[in-house]
Amino acid sequence: MANYPADLRFTKDHEWARREGDNVRIGITSFAVDQLGDVTLVDLPATGTQLTAAKHFGDIESVKAVSELFAPLGGEVLESNAALADHPELVNESPYDKGWMLLIRPKSPTELDKLFDAAAYEAFLGTLDH
Amino acid sequence: MVPFAGWEMPVQYKGVTREHEAVRSAVGLFDVSHMGELFFEGAGAAGCIDRLVSNDIAHLPIGKAIYTVACNERGTILDDLIVYRLAAERFMVVCNASNRDKMSAHFAARFSGCTFQDRSAQTALLALQGPRAVSVVRELGAPAQLVDLPRFGVVETTLAGVPLTAARTGYTGEDGFELFCAWNDAPRLWSTLLTAGAAHGIEPIGLGARDTLRLECRMSLYGHEIDETTNPFEAGLGWAVKLDKGPFLGRDALLAVRAAPLPRKLVGFEMVGRGIARQGYPLLDASGAPVGVVTSGSPSLSTGKNVGLGYVPSALTAIGTPIGVEIRGKVIEAKVCTTPFYKRG
Repeated sequence: MANYPADLRFTKDHEWARREGDNVRIGITSFAVDQLGDVTLVDLPATGTQLTAAKHFGDIESVKAVSELFAPLGGEVLESNAALADHPELVNESPYDKGWMLLIRPKSPTELDKLFDAAAYEAFLGTLDH
Repeated sequence: MVPFAGWEMPVQYKGVTREHEAVRSAVGLFDVSHMGELFFEGAGAAGCIDRLVSNDIAHLPIGKAIYTVACNERGTILDDLIVYRLAAERFMVVCNASNRDKMSAHFAARFSGCTFQDRSAQTALLALQGPRAVSVVRELGAPAQLVDLPRFGVVETTLAGVPLTAARTGYTGEDGFELFCAWNDAPRLWSTLLTAGAAHGIEPIGLGARDTLRLECRMSLYGHEIDETTNPFEAGLGWAVKLDKGPFLGRDALLAVRAAPLPRKLVGFEMVGRGIARQGYPLLDASGAPVGVVTSGSPSLSTGKNVGLGYVPSALTAIGTPIGVEIRGKVIEAKVCTTPFYKRG
C-alpha cells in the first residue's frame, strides 16, 4: 500500500522533507518504517547543529538494529521532535505527522526541488529488491 | 527475509513487539528447521557423546534432554547443544545452524563405538512456545504422552497424523514444545498448528523476537556470548560442565581454568541512561576506561528496560556495579543487574 504524500519530497535514503514557509520539516518514510519495524529510540542532533545534505545526522534504533539517518538537505536545526524521546513509537504510528524528526532552516531552499517527488520515489522503490 | 547461516529467514512476520508479546502471553510458532539434527546410535553411543561434550550423558534418563557445550582441546566452546536421549543407545543432538557443518565434521571425525548421521537436511523443527502451547496441542487431540511431557522430556509420537519427535524444550523461557518432523511433513504441521492455535492467539514468530525472548532469559547465543574464544565458566555455563564424569574433549584445559580465578565473566546489565547496547560496543569502568565488550543487547520488551549481556573483569560483576556503554562515541550509564531479566510468572 503506497503512502507517499504528494506535498513531500523524498530521498533514496528514505527520508522525507516538507516545505513550511522558509523552513523544512524532515522525517522518514513509511517504507523506512516498514523496513525498521518497531522503533525504540531516536537519537537526534541539538538545536543549532548544522546539517550537510546526504550526511549522517542521527540514528534510529528498532528492536533489532540501529540505522543511520541522513539529511535530505543542508541547513541549521531549529527544533527536534522532543516527543520522540518518550514516544519513539510515534515514528511507526505517524511517520509524516507526529513522528517528524527535525525542523530545519535550509541553506539553499532550492535544494528541496532536487529531491524525488512522490511518483519518482515510488518508481525508485520499484527498483529495489525487497 | 534475511540470510542467516545459509538460510533465508524472516526477521519478523507482523512485528517483533507483537510477536514477543504473543509468546509471553499466548503462544507463538517458530520455524527453526535451520537447526542441525545429529544422530548417534548403537551400543557405544552414550559413551561416545560423553567423550565429546561437557555434561553428563551416561546418567541422562531415557526420554530426557540436557543442555551441554562441546569444547575443543583448549576448553573453549565449539557449540552449545541439546542432547536428547531417545532410547538407551539412541541420541539426537541438536546444534546451531551456524555451526552445523563444523559440528557435523567434528563429530564425524571422532565418533566411535556407534553410528553417526547428520539428518539435518531431512529434519524440520517447529517450536510451539508460550503459556497456551499445551492448549494448542490439546486442540489437535494430542496423546497424553505429549500433553503430559515433563520439562526437558522427549517422546516419539504423532500429532494430527504427523509422526514426530516431541520435546518439552525451547529457547524462550516459556512452556512449550519443540516438534521435530520429516521435512516433507513440516508445511502441513505448520498450517495445522496455526489453524488450531488461532483461537488461542497464536502468531508466527521470526528471528527478531526469537532473539529478544532468549536474551530476556539470559540464554546464550553462539557468536555472541559464546564462541571459540570463550570458555563455559566465564560464560556462566559451568553448571553444564561435569569435570568429574570422566575424560572428555577439553577437560584438561577446563580443569586448569577452574583452578584459577576467572579474569572476566559474562554479566547482565541494564541501561540507566538513554541508549541501547549492541554487540561489539565497548563496556567501560567507572573511570571511563574500556574493560569489556557487549555480546548482546536490545530493549527487553517484557520489562520495558534496555538490557544487555557482556564480558567484564571479575571485579566488576557485583550486582549494582556502575558501568558505561560506549554508544556511537558517547558514554551511556548502565549497571550490572541480576539475570534472567525476565522470569515467567
